[in-house]
This record gives sequence, structure tokens and C-alpha cells, in this order.
Amino acid sequence: MRRIPLSALIGLFFTGLFLFTALFAQWIAPYPLDAVLGKVWEPPSEQFLLGTDTIGRDILSRLIYGGQITIFVALVSSLLSFGLGSFLGFLAAVRGGWVDQVLSRVVDLVMAIPSLIVALVVLSVLPINLTVLILVMGLLDSTRVFRLSRAVAMDIAVMDYVEAAKLRGEGQMWVIFREILPNALSPLVAEFGLRFIFAVLFISTLSFLGLGIQPPLADWGGMVKENKDGLVYGKAAALMPALAIAALAISVNLVADWVLSRTSSLKGGRGA
Amino acid sequence: MPDLLDIRNLRIEATSYPPDGPPRDVVLVDDVSVSVAKGRVLGLIGESGAGKSTIGLSAMAYGRGGVRLTGGQVLLNGRDIRGLGAAGLRELRGREVTYVAQSAAAAFNPAQRLMEQVIETSLTHGLMGRAEAEARAVGLFRKLGLPNPETFGNRYPHQVSGGQLQRAMTAMALCPKPDLVIFDEPTTALDVTTQIDVLAAIKDAIRDTGVAALYITHDLAVVAQVADDILVLRHGKKVEYGTVAEIITAPKEAYTQALVSVRSIDHVEKGEAPSVLSIQQVTARYRGTNFDVLKNVTLDLPAGQTLAVVGESGSGKSTLARVITGLLPPGRGKIVFGGRTLSPDLQSRTKDDLRELQMIYQMADVAMNPRQTVGTIIGRPLEFYFGLKGEAKRRRVQELLDQIEMGKGYIDRYPAELSGGQKQRVCIARALAAKPKLIICDEVTSALDPLVADGILKLLLNLQAQEHVAYLFITHDLATVKAIADRIAVMYRGEVVRYGTKTDVLTPPFDDYTDLLLSSVPEMELGWLESVLAHRKMESAGN
Amino acid sequence: MHPILKLVVQRIALGLLLLLAVSVLIYAGTEALPGDVAQAILGQSATPEALANLRESLGLNQPGYIRYFHWLGGVLTGDFGKALTNGQDIGQAIAQRLGNTLFLAGCAAAISVPLAIGLGLVAARYNGRWPDKVISGVTLSTISLPEFVAAYFVIYLLTQVIPIFQPVAMVFPGMSFWAKLNAVALPVIVLVLVVLAHMMRMTRAAILNVMQSAYIETAELKGLSPMRVIWKHALPNAVAPIISVVVLNLAYLVVGVVVVEVVFGYNALGQYLVDHVAKRDLPVVQAVGLIFAAVYIGLNILADVLAIVANPRLRHPK
Repeated sequence: MRRIPLSALIGLFFTGLFLFTALFAQWIAPYPLDAVLGKVWEPPSEQFLLGTDTIGRDILSRLIYGGQITIFVALVSSLLSFGLGSFLGFLAAVRGGWVDQVLSRVVDLVMAIPSLIVALVVLSVLPINLTVLILVMGLLDSTRVFRLSRAVAMDIAVMDYVEAAKLRGEGQMWVIFREILPNALSPLVAEFGLRFIFAVLFISTLSFLGLGIQPPLADWGGMVKENKDGLVYGKAAALMPALAIAALAISVNLVADWVLSRTSSLKGGRGA
Repeated sequence: MPDLLDIRNLRIEATSYPPDGPPRDVVLVDDVSVSVAKGRVLGLIGESGAGKSTIGLSAMAYGRGGVRLTGGQVLLNGRDIRGLGAAGLRELRGREVTYVAQSAAAAFNPAQRLMEQVIETSLTHGLMGRAEAEARAVGLFRKLGLPNPETFGNRYPHQVSGGQLQRAMTAMALCPKPDLVIFDEPTTALDVTTQIDVLAAIKDAIRDTGVAALYITHDLAVVAQVADDILVLRHGKKVEYGTVAEIITAPKEAYTQALVSVRSIDHVEKGEAPSVLSIQQVTARYRGTNFDVLKNVTLDLPAGQTLAVVGESGSGKSTLARVITGLLPPGRGKIVFGGRTLSPDLQSRTKDDLRELQMIYQMADVAMNPRQTVGTIIGRPLEFYFGLKGEAKRRRVQELLDQIEMGKGYIDRYPAELSGGQKQRVCIARALAAKPKLIICDEVTSALDPLVADGILKLLLNLQAQEHVAYLFITHDLATVKAIADRIAVMYRGEVVRYGTKTDVLTPPFDDYTDLLLSSVPEMELGWLESVLAHRKMESAGN
Repeated sequence: MHPILKLVVQRIALGLLLLLAVSVLIYAGTEALPGDVAQAILGQSATPEALANLRESLGLNQPGYIRYFHWLGGVLTGDFGKALTNGQDIGQAIAQRLGNTLFLAGCAAAISVPLAIGLGLVAARYNGRWPDKVISGVTLSTISLPEFVAAYFVIYLLTQVIPIFQPVAMVFPGMSFWAKLNAVALPVIVLVLVVLAHMMRMTRAAILNVMQSAYIETAELKGLSPMRVIWKHALPNAVAPIISVVVLNLAYLVVGVVVVEVVFGYNALGQYLVDHVAKRDLPVVQAVGLIFAAVYIGLNILADVLAIVANPRLRHPK
């Protein structure tokens, strides 16, 4: 039995809690997303556990629904970036030649500009809706996954056992799926956690800038923007969405850190 | 008079952190006692994990990565250095005891000129002034046979060769006039023709300065040339201790006897036979480079026999393997295998071509997919080439495991659960599974300890007798060549400089390079180094 | 030509080529995507004639590459065109704001660089002991925070809990240097927090990497004092990686600045960009995007060049 360090346990617990509330938001949230129920900036009470927001909506309910949107968008876009990036990365590593050259140069080009700037430029022409946001975030982030999976696959592709498979006459699919993939899986899984956090932070930042999730939908980044005036009046409740983003990011980071430290060596062990 | 260094009942432990399970303490060195008198050289010999480097560094009270001295005494100049504090140890290190590492290339600071590093200890310990230290360093450079000793120290580490760096490190160790120098495998990383010169330089320097030394190596033939006494170690325990003459000529323990006789495999050279592989005027270069790594190479390998291709790093011997397997298509020339001309590149070869030509690698660790079991690894060629499945495949895998003398209980294990020798055996079984006519063996014993390597060579010879398979044996180790070859090709800078039957190649008259190569291989006899050097001096005087 | 000079020239040329490619990307990205500038300006209710006229006057009927070269020619001579929304000269607007952005980023860099290197050194010196664990633990949590979240925590702490600052950072021409410094204190603290964690962690890793080298063991076995080991043997080899860590993280400030300016309503380049993305004012977005990209690429080139120059193997060729 491997010992799981305390930090990873805490991370696992909170990550699980966030995912659970996101999944069952409809049943957990005490009130609907948009209902104006009380006065402006009511303090926490039995009725409103975290108080009310700038126009009198229940902050807890909005947090729960907001988490659903935030986590949904981040998850779908990181799945997209992951699928696309790792497939193209493996392909580039195994095929080499012009395939590798073209893909790598395109990725270099996109990565030469900070993601946020690219996103801002692109969002200045595209309609802003869920699909576009997910696509833009997914495509931009797939460049990073591409770099990593290409590097990992390259490291494995020069191993003697891959050469032995080639000399045996095995086809490209056998080499990718039977020789390379099983050995590349663990570093990629750890990377998935990091990409997910990045997606959470990215969508929150865009929403905060008013260029992400549009009302009536609400995500955590957008909620920070809505409630920022509350802060000036000293309402701690206004910090809640910011706190939620931080808590989610830190817990996933703790888990990813642990997975990464376990799988830092490519050659070591069978990890059965 | 007390000895310079007196190690009594030394016990050394370290904490190991296995990936699955709690940390635990392991004993690296257990109850070892040994002493070195002024001006004497003690050889510490053993396989990897024998604890020889750990003992060596204990003479400086230094432990790498959490290694602790937990018992016994280390007396240097009459006092127990385990009791010295940090300041006391700094006084000792670099003044009384100095160290020469295996890889001088990594042990020199890349950002500082060599001279600064060589004289640093003499200055910081206040042993001499800068001018005196520099003069002494230049003298040592000259004594160690370094080129342009006056200006050599102005260079940076990356500007000189590996052999020169190793000598510079020896100069660095000798400069502060220490009482004891620890040489930790100083010639292991060098080519054999370079090794002999460095070895001679070190030996001269030790003799001329009258310093005492601990000489750590895994090569008994090497240590026999420089040491006065030898301590044989295994698994952190003392096996045998005696003078060089006693150990070499009359070893008492079975383990020592095995070490001494390790290179004496008997093998009768086979006669003429039709050839299975014929390499005809092959020239090759790597893409994007403009010089030929192989130049007009022509070789012939009779069926069921062993052709040893021998050469030092950069000789092109590994490139030859890549050309034969089709990984690097040759620029010119052709390769005939089993009567057919092989297509130059891998993709267009037939399945039978691929099957009949198998390969075994130097590093068995990375030659097997760590996520596959032994059964999968050996079973895949059976399935791929012969369509064997299920029970039939498993039975055949077990037969092969029996053939490589591994028996039951290994089929469901992963490579990480095998020892180094077992890993290499599994690789041999994988090659054998394809029923090949030829197996290319690329330095297959270089990464193994001598006794294990010996076992692999014997296994390969047995398998050759049973299966009538031919080997193309690529190696830099002439002892291995003598042990198993029927034919030998000597390569130097991409060319075959000598080729023929073993007897022909190893019988004079030699060409210059083969002569140099053959005479540079350390032999397990006293005074070998001196006789070779004397012989060389005579010849160059004769010219 | 000295090989090091050759490498540096090559690297700079490559960077300029990259910048050119990026300008194509930015231009094509905004021009080729669906949506029509003329439509965007006039709105959905515009008559076809009005649209056609505007397209003509904006040169939208010309092929894309001609418009690109026209635009690039303008950019190279400092003419970024006019904003669609208010007809203001973009070059002038940028010139007014660039200084403010550089002032903010400069202050953040001046504080974070020495602090990050210092903390990195301390963490590496006490590797695995409590000072390292505290520093690493704290920085791991700040790494997880997006800029605006960090900003609101800082605002809450320093304007509400301990009210020593104003939550808005207003600067205007004619303000004294000290008044300006006071005004940007909060945003600078946020930027320092955000960039410090990365920079410190990478510095620590670079130093530890050097400390594990065989030549450090050699130095220890020479009986040198710990200070001398670090000063003579570790530091000269750690300088190159630390320099590139620092410069790469300064490039990261480029992103941080955009968000932080919006949080504090600080009138500078990032704020200008975000406003005009929302207004879909393409010429402004292209111009400011290109400037941010150029700064980012420029810092990356600088990091590479410094790493080349600091490498003893390249400085003293065989």
C-alpha cells in the first residue's frame, strides 16, 4: 500500500467535494440561480448561509451554480486540449519529418504570444458564447499539451524497446498504443490536472474581464466582477467566489503535485 | 609506527526510500577492517554495490546522499576522524586526503580555468603561495604527460580531452602534497588505448611523490598493475585481503578465484563454413553530416559462427549494426543475408528477413518495455512471426525460459523485478524466440559485472551449439573477443583495419593500430604495465 | 566572427522572424474570422449602401495580403491607424498609456526580482528544512491564484482589514513621482505576489540543480568553506539559469499587467486593450496585441541571449 501524503488527501477530498457539488448543483443549491430573494448585501443568516449579493440573490446558490459552469467549461476545454494535443504530439514524435516540422512550427508560433493576448485578439471578432469559449481555450491550451506529449513520446521513442519493436516489423499503431502510450500515461495524467487548473483560471479571468461567460449565466469569475463593489463597502461575502476559485485551484494542484512526484521517472517501476 | 590509515570494523548504513513502502535502513558496509601504510597503494575491488566507493570516501568522513558511518573507527594519522567536527573535516579534506573521481569531466567546475581549480586547495589551506603552487602544478602537468604543461592550466575543462582531464584531476589531487589520495575508478570511463597511458601516468606520479593511495576499481587486471595490496569486497563485506601477488597467483576464496579466472572461457575456433552474412563495400553516413562513419566495409560471417567487431568509441562499430538492421540505409554497398540481398531500409524488408535477423542490446533495462511481463516480451515474437497463441505460446515461452536457465516463476514478472543478468537473459530469449540465423549482440556484457557477464557469454556459446545461430558481436572489450570469437574484425575510425580468423588476427605481425589495441588491454599479471611500456619505448627507439 | 556573436545574431534574427509571423497571425486572426468590420461598426441595421461605402473607404475590398502590407508598413513607421469607435489616433493613445504600463511593470520587477532570488537562495540553502518548506508551501498556493483573485484578497486585506491604501489606482500627468508610487502600491503588490512564486520556485530549482553537480562534491571534498563552495563554484554556474528564469518571468508580467490594470481601473495599455476588445475595435486590438506580443518575444530573446553569453562553454570555445 502506497502512503498518500496528507496534502494530497486534503486535495483529493476538496477536489471530490467540488466535483460532487458541480454535478448535483440542481439538488444541492437551496435557491434558483437568478431569484432575487432578499435585500442587497444581507449578512449571513439561517435563510442565506453566505448572505446575499449586490442585488439580493443568495450567494451560496449562485456559488454552487457558478461552480457548475466554471467546472464544466474548464473540464470540456481541457479534455479538448488534451485529446487534440496529445494525439498530435504523439503523431509528431512517431512520424517525425515534415509532419513534425509543420506541427511544431505552428505551435511555436502560437506559443510565442501569451494565451490571454491571443484569446483577447480572437474574441474581439468572434461571438462570445459557450462553444466559442471552449473551442478557443481548448485550442490555445492544446499547444502546451502538444509540446509535453511530443517530448514525452520522443523520450520513449528512442528507447531500445521501441527500436526492438520496429526491428521486429511492428506497425505504427502497435508502436504508439502498445509501446509508447502505456509508458507515457502517468506524466500525462498529472499534466491533465495542471491543464484543468489553468482552464479554470483562464475562464475565470476572461469572465472577470467581461469577455467570458455572459449573463444570465454566471461563473465564479463573473461573480467576482459583479460583486467587486461590495468589497469597497467591506462585505467579506464579495470575496466568496474568489475564495472558491482559489480553493479549487489549490486542491487540484495538491493532487497533481503528488501524482507528478510519483511518476517523475519514466523508466522506473511498472506502476501496476 | 601506526599506519597512515587504519579502518577498524567499519559499518556504514544508508536510508533507502523504496517507492512502495516505508523508508528503511540498509547496511552498505559491514565489519570491514583494513589499513594503509605510508607510501603504499591499496586496491579496493568488487562489483557494483560492493561498497568500495563508500569505503573510499569514508577515509574523508564523507557520505553521499544520506550515507552514514554508524560503527567502527577510521583512524588517520593516529586519530579517529569520525570525531572531527565540520571545521576539523575541512582541515583534513584537501590537505591530508584528496580525491580523484571517475568522471573528471563532471568533477571540474565548467566556469573556472583548470589552473585555478588545481591550486585552489593549496591556497585555501595556506600550504603555499600562488607562485609556488602554480609552479608545482606545472611540474605535475609535465610529470603526468600533459601537452604544453606551461599553458595547460589556462584552459577550461571543456577544452581538453577526457584522458587529459583525468590526469589534470590527478594533478589537482597531488598538488597540496596530501598523505593519501583516493582514486575512484579513474580510468573506467576511458578507451582502452587511453587507459594505459593514464594508468602509467598515475602510477608514476604515485611512486615519485611517495603518496599513499586507495585505488578503487572493478577491474582486477587494472588494480594488479598499481596496487601493493588488494582488498576484495562483495556485498559490503570483506572477502579476501592480501598482497597483489597473493591475490593474483594464489587466491584462497572461491569468489576471488572466479574473479581471477573470469576471462578464461575455453572456446575452440570453428572451421570454414558457408557465409550467412556478407557485407560488401558498405559506406554510410548520418543524415545531415558530411563525413562517412563507415568507409568501404567488407566482412563475412560464416553460418553458426561468431564474428567479433572490436573497436573503441568512434570506430563505427555500432553504426555497422544500424546499417545491417536497416535503421541506417548505407550510402553505397550491399548486404547479403542468407543468400538474399537485403533491401537497404527497414520498411521494405520481408517478415522473414526481419525474423532471421535479431538484436540484443547493451542496456537490457531499456531494451524491454517496463509495462510488459516477461511472458509478453518473449511471447510477442512467437505470436508475431509464428501466430502462436494462448497455451501453445505460453508453453513455448516456458521452453525458452528453460533454455536461458531461468526456470519457472518468471513468466509473469516485470523487468523491474529481475536482476541485471536475468534481464539480459530475457532479451536473449526474445531474440531466440524468432528462430533467427543471426543475432547482433551490441556490447551485451559491457554493463554487467564480470561474473554475470561470464555467465551470459557461456550461455551464448551453449545456445550457439544448440541452435546453430551466428553472432555478430560488437564490443570494445578484447577479453570478451578472445573468449567467444571465431572471426575478428578490428575497426578504427570507420574502417576495418584487420579482419580474419581469431588465430590470424591475434597472431603477429600486427598493423600499428591492432598492435596498440591488443597491447593496451590490461592482463592479469604482475608487471604487465611496465613490460608493455618498456616494449613500446624500445620499438619507438628502434624506429 | 566570434561564435558567440554568431549565435546571438542568429537568435535575434530568429526572434524578428517570429515577430513577423506573429504579426501575420494577429492580422489574419482578426481579418479572416467570421464577422465584418463594417458590419461591426455600423451595427445590424445598417443599409447595404452604407456598408458598401464604408468597406470602400476602409479598403476592405482589397485582397487581404495587400491590406496586411499596408497595415505593416504603417506599424513600422509608427502609424497604427485610427480607432473605429472614436476615430482617435491609435499611436497617440498608445504613447500616452505605454508609460503607465511600463511604470507599473517596472516597479513590480524592481521588487520581485531581488526578492525572488533572495528567497530562492534561502530555500535552496535550507533545502528540505523548515524555511524551505514554509517558502515553498506559501508559493505553491499563490501559484494557484489568478491575478484578479489575488488582487481582491490584497484589496480586502489592505483597504478593509488594515485600511492603509485606496482600492483604485489613479495616475495622471503631472503627478509627482512619489504620489505615483503611492498610487500604484496595491497593483504592484499584487503583481509581485503573482510573479514572485514562479520566479522563486524556478530559481530554487536552478540552484539545487547546480548544487547536485559532481563539481560541487569535488569542492566539498577539497575542504572548502560552504561560502567559498557557493561563491566560487555554485554561483558562476547558476547565474545563467537564474538570468533566464528572471527574464522569462518578466515576460509573464505582460499578462499579469492586463488583468491587474482592469482590477484597479489603472489607465494604461492593458485596460485600453480590454475595453476595445469588448467594443470590437479591431485596429486597436491589433495594434495593442502586437505590442504585447513584441514585448513578450523581445524578453524571450533577451533570456536566450543572456543564457548564451553566460555559458562558459560558449564563451571559451575549443
